Amino acid sequence: MRATSRILAVAASMAIVLAACSGGGASNAPSSAAAPSASSAGGSSSPGTGAKPYIPVISKGFQHQFWQAVKSGAEKAAADLNAEITFEGPASESEVDKQIEMLQAALDKKPAAICLAALDSKAAIPLLERAKTENIPVVGFDSGVDSDIPVTTAATDNIAAAAEAAKKMAGLIGDAGEVAIIAHDQTSRTGIDRVKGFTDEITANHPNITIVDTQYGGGDHLKSTDLAKTIIQAHPNLKGFFGANEGSIIGVLNGVKESGSEGKITVIGYDSGKQQMDAIRAGTEAGAITQDPIGIGYKCVESAVKAINGETLPKTIDTGFHYYDKTNIDDPAIAALLYE
Amino acid sequence: MNITLARPRALVRSDAIQRLLAFGALIVLIVVFSVASPNFLQFNNIIGILLATAVNGVLALGVTFVIISGGIDLSIGTVMTLSAVMTGVLITDMDLPVPVGIVGGIATGGLAGVANGILIARFHIPPFIATLGMLNVAKGFALVISGLKPIYFNDNPEVNQGAMGSLIGSIIPGLAIPNIVLVLFGAALVASLVLSKTILGRYTFALGSNEEASRLSGVSVDRWKIAVYTTCGLFAGLAGVLIAARLNSAQPSLGQGYELDAIAAAVIGGTSLSGGEGSILGTVIGAFIISTLTNGLRILSVPQEWQIVVTGGIVILAVYLDVVRRRQRA
Repeated sequence: MRATSRILAVAASMAIVLAACSGGGASNAPSSAAAPSASSAGGSSSPGTGAKPYIPVISKGFQHQFWQAVKSGAEKAAADLNAEITFEGPASESEVDKQIEMLQAALDKKPAAICLAALDSKAAIPLLERAKTENIPVVGFDSGVDSDIPVTTAATDNIAAAAEAAKKMAGLIGDAGEVAIIAHDQTSRTGIDRVKGFTDEITANHPNITIVDTQYGGGDHLKSTDLAKTIIQAHPNLKGFFGANEGSIIGVLNGVKESGSEGKITVIGYDSGKQQMDAIRAGTEAGAITQDPIGIGYKCVESAVKAINGETLPKTIDTGFHYYDKTNIDDPAIAALLYE
Repeated sequence: MNITLARPRALVRSDAIQRLLAFGALIVLIVVFSVASPNFLQFNNIIGILLATAVNGVLALGVTFVIISGGIDLSIGTVMTLSAVMTGVLITDMDLPVPVGIVGGIATGGLAGVANGILIARFHIPPFIATLGMLNVAKGFALVISGLKPIYFNDNPEVNQGAMGSLIGSIIPGLAIPNIVLVLFGAALVASLVLSKTILGRYTFALGSNEEASRLSGVSVDRWKIAVYTTCGLFAGLAGVLIAARLNSAQPSLGQGYELDAIAAAVIGGTSLSGGEGSILGTVIGAFIISTLTNGLRILSVPQEWQIVVTGGIVILAVYLDVVRRRQRA
């Protein structure tokens, strides 16, 4: 009994170490390659010394499909433009403090430039001031910062994109009736902008459509599912449902299916992912807005390299969005933006 | 002599009082929501509440054992996720039959429970810390094993149909209660029998009431502690299978935070955080109070921030009632 428990204990502690290693490995897969040159580039952050410029990319997360796509874009730009990057982000999109620590650690390495997708549009500002005094250019991506320190921000215009979703919704439900929204949260820039974009378009241009409920499921699939079912229950005449991110829309799809309302409720979503793409192909979801995550990743690293080389950049880079449905989901231009 | 006899009797009674209170609260909630909205008391919505209780309810059953034994398990949420991912890997990546995936998922939860138990009983790591560590280990493993991607059961539609289909509905048309709800009640029945009729149940209470006395009277405290955490892990594993079946996918990134809802369900149902007291019936009622409350407040379109405030307030109230009961007894 003693021996077995000791073996189990060793196994458990190995498991801890293993999880720590591979967890880190997943977030900074390229960092093992980047680390040595990071330290060598550390002393001389100025360009043109021959060493590859080191650019840490600090994302909002790493474990969601969307961020994996951003990462692949960033890696492609790094390869094309001969830069070294590391890609990391906190485990959940509410861990503002973890992200600030990552930013701090990245600045301590004296990088050539930094890419940041801020979880909180204000919390990072003190560290950005520090970057400014140390002449480290900061490039924003995905979400802006309430500051003029970033040389540019590569992001989707979420307000315009959600307004487009609202227009499509209006067209599909005959410009009248009840619709509801499930979004991920009411505090992040994307959560705020998508709800605002959709709501403003409806109230401004579609007087016969009422938004009966806007709820937040934290991007959690199960919670969003129960949320969607309850909303359908509370509003039996619901004609349309908008899910503002991948977790939210999957909840909406599950809720509509479990309530037996398939075909009765027009569903429009955001981003992609296998389940959503399947639903669009099957017709249970009318369509969705897709951003260009690979483009966001590519543009941010590209802009960082340009900034290192002293080029001036526009204040914002709109990485674009597209509405896709059954008819164009397999178009090469759209398919390139989608991830399973 | 009289005192020693009176004590256990008082114990049973105060426990029952909180259960009665909780049941009364559930009835009040149902009545209030039914009056407030015509959409609340409808067959479909009742099914919705039952469904929303299934995963949290099963998690809460397991953690009830641990809390009665005087411990705590913070890892159940992510252990659930790890079990879901394991089920997904076994069924889709390894192409094994669905029952193997289900057993594998439950066993994964059990293994995590064994590890928790050993860390706590043999290595004397406080339960809070040991299971907090396991929370992260399980979370990390779930991400590693899944390759950071959700695993879908699209080639095994029986997974989702098994959970969301209705055995009862096929016998009695119109009474389409999803099977996943039957699993919740089945699991509750098993948990209740184990807790009240077996040695494991008796020692669970003994550990929580007075661990030192149990040790002195020759009970192998370490071994029973490991058994208690393993039981909790097995229920977390079952919850993992259920959430995977309901979502038709194993989602590697959710799970954290689920442990708090489960603990809240147990506490609301009268399980004492100081150990030695609690019941499965109470926990089931507690889980229903949480899901009925969330459902009803949503039906009334109460802003979500306030829903969270209300749920938190009820947990504080339940713990306060527990403290009051203890003080009266002392």
